[in-house]
Amino acid sequence: MSTTNAVPVQKSQRLTRTNTLQFLLRGRAFIALILVVGYFAITLWPQFLSTQNIEIVSKHVAQNAILAIGMTFVILTGGIDLSVGSIVGLTAMIAGLLMNNGIAIPALGVVVYPHTWMIVVISIVAATLIGMINGLIITRFNVAPFIATLGMMYIARGLAGLLNNGATFANLVGRPELGNTGFEKLGAGDFLGINYSIWLMLVFALVGWFITTRTPFGRHVFAVGGNERSAELSGVRINRTKTMVYMISGFCAAFVGLIIASQLVAAHPATGNAFELNAIAAVVLGGTSLAGGRGSIGGTLIGAFVIGVLGDGLVMSNVSSFWQMVIKGGVIILAVIIDQVQARMQARIALQQQQETK
Amino acid sequence: MSEMTAAALSADDSAVPEPIVLRAEKITKVFPGTVALDSVDFNVYRGKVNVLVGENGAGKSTLMKILAGVEQPTSGRILLEDNEIHIRSISEAAAHGIGIIFQEMTLCPNLSVVENIYLAREVTQRGLVIDRKTQKQKARELLHRLEQNIDPDKQVSDLRIGQQQIVEIAKALAQDIRVLIMDEPTSALSESEVEVLFRVINDLKSRGVSIIYISHKLDELLQIGDYVTVLRDGRLVETARTNDISVAWIIEKMVGRNPAALFSRTEHNIGEVLMKVEDMTLPRPGGGYVVDHVSFDLHAGEILGLYGLMGAGRSDLVDCLAGARPEARGQTTLNGQPVRAITVPERIKSGIVLVPEDRQREGLVQSMSVADNILLASLDSYSNGLFLVSSKQKEAVKGMVKSLSIRVANVGQSITSLSGGNQQKCVVAKALLTSPKVLMLDEPTRGVDVGAKSEIFEIISRLAEQGYGVIFISTELKEVLAMSDRILVMSKGAITGEFSRAEATEEKLVAASAIGHGLAGAANQNGEAQINEHN
Repeated sequence: MSTTNAVPVQKSQRLTRTNTLQFLLRGRAFIALILVVGYFAITLWPQFLSTQNIEIVSKHVAQNAILAIGMTFVILTGGIDLSVGSIVGLTAMIAGLLMNNGIAIPALGVVVYPHTWMIVVISIVAATLIGMINGLIITRFNVAPFIATLGMMYIARGLAGLLNNGATFANLVGRPELGNTGFEKLGAGDFLGINYSIWLMLVFALVGWFITTRTPFGRHVFAVGGNERSAELSGVRINRTKTMVYMISGFCAAFVGLIIASQLVAAHPATGNAFELNAIAAVVLGGTSLAGGRGSIGGTLIGAFVIGVLGDGLVMSNVSSFWQMVIKGGVIILAVIIDQVQARMQARIALQQQQETK
Repeated sequence: MSEMTAAALSADDSAVPEPIVLRAEKITKVFPGTVALDSVDFNVYRGKVNVLVGENGAGKSTLMKILAGVEQPTSGRILLEDNEIHIRSISEAAAHGIGIIFQEMTLCPNLSVVENIYLAREVTQRGLVIDRKTQKQKARELLHRLEQNIDPDKQVSDLRIGQQQIVEIAKALAQDIRVLIMDEPTSALSESEVEVLFRVINDLKSRGVSIIYISHKLDELLQIGDYVTVLRDGRLVETARTNDISVAWIIEKMVGRNPAALFSRTEHNIGEVLMKVEDMTLPRPGGGYVVDHVSFDLHAGEILGLYGLMGAGRSDLVDCLAGARPEARGQTTLNGQPVRAITVPERIKSGIVLVPEDRQREGLVQSMSVADNILLASLDSYSNGLFLVSSKQKEAVKGMVKSLSIRVANVGQSITSLSGGNQQKCVVAKALLTSPKVLMLDEPTRGVDVGAKSEIFEIISRLAEQGYGVIFISTELKEVLAMSDRILVMSKGAITGEFSRAEATEEKLVAASAIGHGLAGAANQNGEAQINEHN
């Protein structure tokens, strides 16, 4: 009898301890962010935490975060999108082309200059269509996402160069007589003193969080990544879900392209080169599993901040760019190792619960 | 307790105390927060089949994992031929001559049958190059011994689950073993394959190999076992000779109470024809048919049993009906209306839903919670067009958990934290939430303990009472006979027999399931794997 009394006590203590550790591991991205910010706040006191610097860092983070939010959807289904960096460049170039050269209609012998808002819409639609093509190649022709989007990475980058023979579209301010001015406001404008791009990041994060957690589509995304066959037999439209996530990814990339072009008031065909890797790093750092089915938008946002703060902090600390790369790589690998530890722990807890409920 | 049993055994004057090859003494295994094994003694008699039974979570698997080196005991000793040994890994266990066949399959689907059998034990020429010819030769002999006609070069993913299980057994036999642990080896096998397996086991026994055998199929245990050890809640309940005990005895010891009727079949009224299937056909790549022009009716409130050997086309037939095989041809009529739906989502909407055969691979999303799994197929009913309404969802999940008595502390917890039986109930719950008219259950009781099994039968009966049309597939003759109102037998893709409840007997079903197969029994025919099976 005495043993049966002793067991529950021991049980609950052990569980509390594993729960605490589990809690810490789950919040690891957030803890990492606090550590990184704390470190630079102390070593770079006081300029690192100045309002001005916080806004600069956030602006840098915003671009990567928006890309990473789109990438999160893709990775949650177990896919990957390597083409987003190129889509960023292509969108910027499309916007530049429409603004500076307009649309020539040879049959009528006229050149149509769309309004600024139309330029934005057309660029976004184009990028979303590219995402859709990615999705269709992957679902209809059964091409592995890595290969399909790798191909699209080259294609989109090539198209970006073709639009102006590799040259930059400069001075994207438009002309008042054509009614296409105001493009630079997207990058430079602010609301309540905060840059538009930061607002956009917040809106994307909020909407992304809502879609992933509160809509049937979001549930389908997780199900497809967790067990595609089960999802299919449950009536989830696998192909549609997958195509949609690549469209979302393209959509997000379009905004990043527009923001950059607007901030620079110019569109260069190499814009967004290698951005896809930063986005993937942010997603992984945020605890989303590359195998699919596990992860969150909130985590991705934090992951993007960790990478951004780390990058800017190291620059301000005058660390050589080579060491920056080494450190960034180390952080990413460490994040995945911790992720694995947590997954193993979760499996053990599941096993435990199984035996307890029995 | 164990001293008592030992005394009881030696009192049996016909038996000289049999030599014990492997002895586990006072094994305790504590996981953080739970005691999985509590000072358990277990003896493995040489050249005998030592059966281990208990409900899910009783500690059988943990004990096996300890003997196989997968887990380390918290305390206690393991003695092999009276020498204490420490087994720290599967390869160390293998070095001691202890082999294990896991319940969850451990084959690599991307490798061939031969490659799997010799994985990590490759036969090489001078330790460098794999000697493919010898490996293949030996693999073929092994498979032949198992009376299986499986092509050794075939990729494992192209085999049916039952055949994969056979390969798993062949893999264990390829090692030089004196103790072989088999964790539910028959859960995926058809009756005739089970017979083959039993012959192999007897053959191994005569060579002095000791078998540790775990299964949920109780009559099977009595047939093959020599000693039965019952575990309950991590404790040893009793060990006995099979000659001295009955199924009822085992259930009583396992459950700790008197076995209620396992098959709780209630009388229900059979109504009008609900679903009419005409000329359902699924071509086999490379000629012939997987489902060969099948026609049948299903009535409202009827439990229609579907029996057949592995590869007979039962699962393929229900897959076709569920819309999972776009290449299938044939007409389906539901309530007199032709069903034009082709895809799975459309079929679900029209009221035909499948609880698939392989729970882990096709039924669950392991990374999601209990609630999310239950809701997955019917999310549209819980959204206001755009967003999910959590109150509606909660209510639906709560209702299902209650009506199917799914044992779960919190529906937000991971689906993998449930026992097999409760996981299965979640898959059934998911299907029921789509408000179907026809429910097809493909092997719903596989790998589920006795208690949960009887609960699943209860659910099936209740559904029939409520007027659902139920198609019930099982490889276990007794289950099909006990549950069904009518039984269809399939062989080689075609229906070869139809029996009413009154006229069905085990012999008739077996005879019908062998039609179209040679006299040697149907087992050999299973070599014709269905390539598209799991695509």
